[in-house]
Amino acid sequence: MLNFIFRRLGESFFVLLVMSLLVFAGVYAIGNPVDMLISPEATPDDIAQVTRALGLDRPLWEQYFYFLKQVLNGDLGRSFMFSTPAIELLLSRMPATLELAVAAMFIATVLGIPLGLIAGLKADSWIGKTIMTVSILGFSLPTFWVGLVLIMFFAVELGWLPSSGRGPTAMLLGMPVSFLSFEGLQHLLLPALNLALFKLALIIRLTRAGTQEALLQDYVKYARAKGLRSSRIIGVHVLKNIMIPIVTVIGLEFGSVIAFAIVTESIFAWPGMGKLLIDSINNLDRPVIVAYLCVIVVFFVVINLLVDLAYAFLDPRVRLGAKASA
Amino acid sequence: MRLRRLTRLLLLPIALAAFSPAYAADLKIGVGADITSMDPHYVSLFPNNNVAEHVYSKLVTLDPDSRLIPDLAESWKTVDPTTWEFKLRKGVKFHDGSDFTAADVVFSYDRVGKIPNSPGPFTVYTKAIISSEIVDDHTIRFKTATPYPLLPNDLSTVYVVSSKVASNATTEDFNAGKVNIGTGPFKFVEFKRGDRVELARNDAYFGKKPAWDKVTLRILPNDPTRLAALLSGDVDAIENIPTPDLAKIKANPKLLTSTKTSHRIIFFHLDQLHDQTPFATDKDGKVLEKNPFKDLKVRQAISKAIDREAIKTRVMEGLSLPTDNLVPSPMFGYEPSLTPEKYDLDGAKKLLAEAGYPNGFNLTLHAPNNRYVNDDQIAQTVAQMLTRAGITTKVVTMPMGVYLGHASKLEYSMAMLGWGVQTGESSSALRPLLATYVPEKGLGGFNWGRYSNPKMDAVLAQAMSTIDDPKREALLQEATIIAMKDVGLLPIHHQINTWATKKGVVYTPRTDEYTLALEFRPE
Repeated sequence: MLNFIFRRLGESFFVLLVMSLLVFAGVYAIGNPVDMLISPEATPDDIAQVTRALGLDRPLWEQYFYFLKQVLNGDLGRSFMFSTPAIELLLSRMPATLELAVAAMFIATVLGIPLGLIAGLKADSWIGKTIMTVSILGFSLPTFWVGLVLIMFFAVELGWLPSSGRGPTAMLLGMPVSFLSFEGLQHLLLPALNLALFKLALIIRLTRAGTQEALLQDYVKYARAKGLRSSRIIGVHVLKNIMIPIVTVIGLEFGSVIAFAIVTESIFAWPGMGKLLIDSINNLDRPVIVAYLCVIVVFFVVINLLVDLAYAFLDPRVRLGAKASA
Repeated sequence: MRLRRLTRLLLLPIALAAFSPAYAADLKIGVGADITSMDPHYVSLFPNNNVAEHVYSKLVTLDPDSRLIPDLAESWKTVDPTTWEFKLRKGVKFHDGSDFTAADVVFSYDRVGKIPNSPGPFTVYTKAIISSEIVDDHTIRFKTATPYPLLPNDLSTVYVVSSKVASNATTEDFNAGKVNIGTGPFKFVEFKRGDRVELARNDAYFGKKPAWDKVTLRILPNDPTRLAALLSGDVDAIENIPTPDLAKIKANPKLLTSTKTSHRIIFFHLDQLHDQTPFATDKDGKVLEKNPFKDLKVRQAISKAIDREAIKTRVMEGLSLPTDNLVPSPMFGYEPSLTPEKYDLDGAKKLLAEAGYPNGFNLTLHAPNNRYVNDDQIAQTVAQMLTRAGITTKVVTMPMGVYLGHASKLEYSMAMLGWGVQTGESSSALRPLLATYVPEKGLGGFNWGRYSNPKMDAVLAQAMSTIDDPKREALLQEATIIAMKDVGLLPIHHQINTWATKKGVVYTPRTDEYTLALEFRPE
């Protein structure tokens, strides 16, 4: 087990290194952030001076090795735009994104698994068909459009919910969260729903497919023959067996929800990390771009690790140490 | 009867609650760009400056038409050609109750040069000062190396902070809200990154009384989101109405709009430097032997081929002012005799033929696609119009971050740029955009076309050493006429700034694009 975890960490370290090099070279190739940010009244002399002060006049490899050296000291660099250490900036924005992602995955899971089960168990009834049809919409409608429709309907037309932004926050375990107050929940509901839709459709379809397959298995037939209550057959025998793929997908999708909440965040003016990334790319704010991607890579690594550990828990046949490569 | 009275009593609080928002003097404004720092000296970036305008004052400021007016300074004059004297307003208090004196000004201008790692420092505006002298608490003198008439204009962009509170303050201290003490109309309350800035009325403000107890600047960069926030009543006002929605907003009886010509001009640079310009080719794609843009007739033909009125009505929904000037009227240096070039397709074709291009040529023009209002659509439209005149034109657009690097290396033949004259007078456009490129003198830094006319340079240089305002304005107008008759650059239009407010709130629109809570008033 320990062996497995260490090897995972080694691999992810390599990924981080390659990624940082790519981003570095990429942003370097695009241009000089000073050109973007300096006052138009500045003379070329001013620009050269500022570029020098930020160390952007040195060759790429020199800048990169300086960056690596600083990383070893725990410093991912300082944002040009915000004048704050990039990592601090990210950490200040991260709770908002995490809250949104958790809320979205919560909605997707809590609604998705029961709806998927129903659709699987009653595939031929009108309710099963309705669920499947509606889930197609979840897949095919673009997030930004759905977001705008939600805003127009619930905020502008009905006036029930605020159109954008994050509600008042309270500290929970050292993290500012907004779901503890009614106003905060009102602000959270629409963006979380918007972000959840695609995942919801995915989980419904996955659960339905798994359920239909499991229903044909011998152990289900045997359990039926034994006279078990159908609630027990579904709740224990079917559900537990279809959980492995669902947990994998939930895990992976959670990573992507965090990394790609950008669209929802910008439509709902949600002050998370995604909006920060877009702005940073537009302004060539390299330290923030690198730090953001590093954090996301770390997220994916940790989530994958947790997913693997969850397998072992759900399925006693999985032995991490021995079959790690599988 | 009693029951009815009881119900009435019970309903009273509900009725009050329903009406109270009309009385509570709170103002929520949706702003269109992210605010990155609360340090008014960290980087001269529009959204940050817009916040600083609320909390801090400057010696000199701009009125809604971008003409200079007194702020912390009551008056200013030159004592000798290289010495400026500013008389400061008396009795001004900082938000913490301490007195404002000349020492705060000197401290602030020094602090500008000591900010570490700024990618866009304010030193650009203070570098003309070689030494400053405090004559008394309310008189201050600045020495410049050479006669420098633009000092008041330059200083209209630099914010004054408290020398006591901010004496060792870092940018972090400002971001944390520990030292944000100014003399402006609003006090700083809170900054939530990526979300909002909260401000409260400064009752001791020396200027006109702010109408609002509490002001919230909501950061809403996404256009539909900002608009939805206004429509749903989450905010009372927004800046930058998205152009496609303008008609709908104007028709909405619950909303008011206000517009004002911006100091920002949208134009194209035409490569007049290279003997062969890379993107002007013959019909087979071979680079033309001669750079056509070196010929005045070709530049005039291109200008005639562009229907600026059509761009205004079709692309900009009426939100542009076609121009042949660099600054809008009545800004310092505006030249009334220069009117926008009339659309004249036959005239353009004739000029092209006279220049030796009866069949035109092929061209690729370049433009950013995320910086100016409808920038990529303007580029597409101009290309269509040039094609109609015989210059078969293709368009390449890219994000500003990518575009700027290439364009400033003079890689393009025809390149779009937008320019906002922050200091309120036309030399701020003439010097960087049209003066002959002399980097050590700070001239022509954004003259991507490398237009060069010694006569224009001489008039401009004379203007820059003329302290007398009317004389200097006449010289700037003369320089503008020379450059525009040469088609040194190809002007399209001034943008028009827009604001929308809910009924009951009015805004005094501004040329400098700022969205200031002070200028919003209950009707």
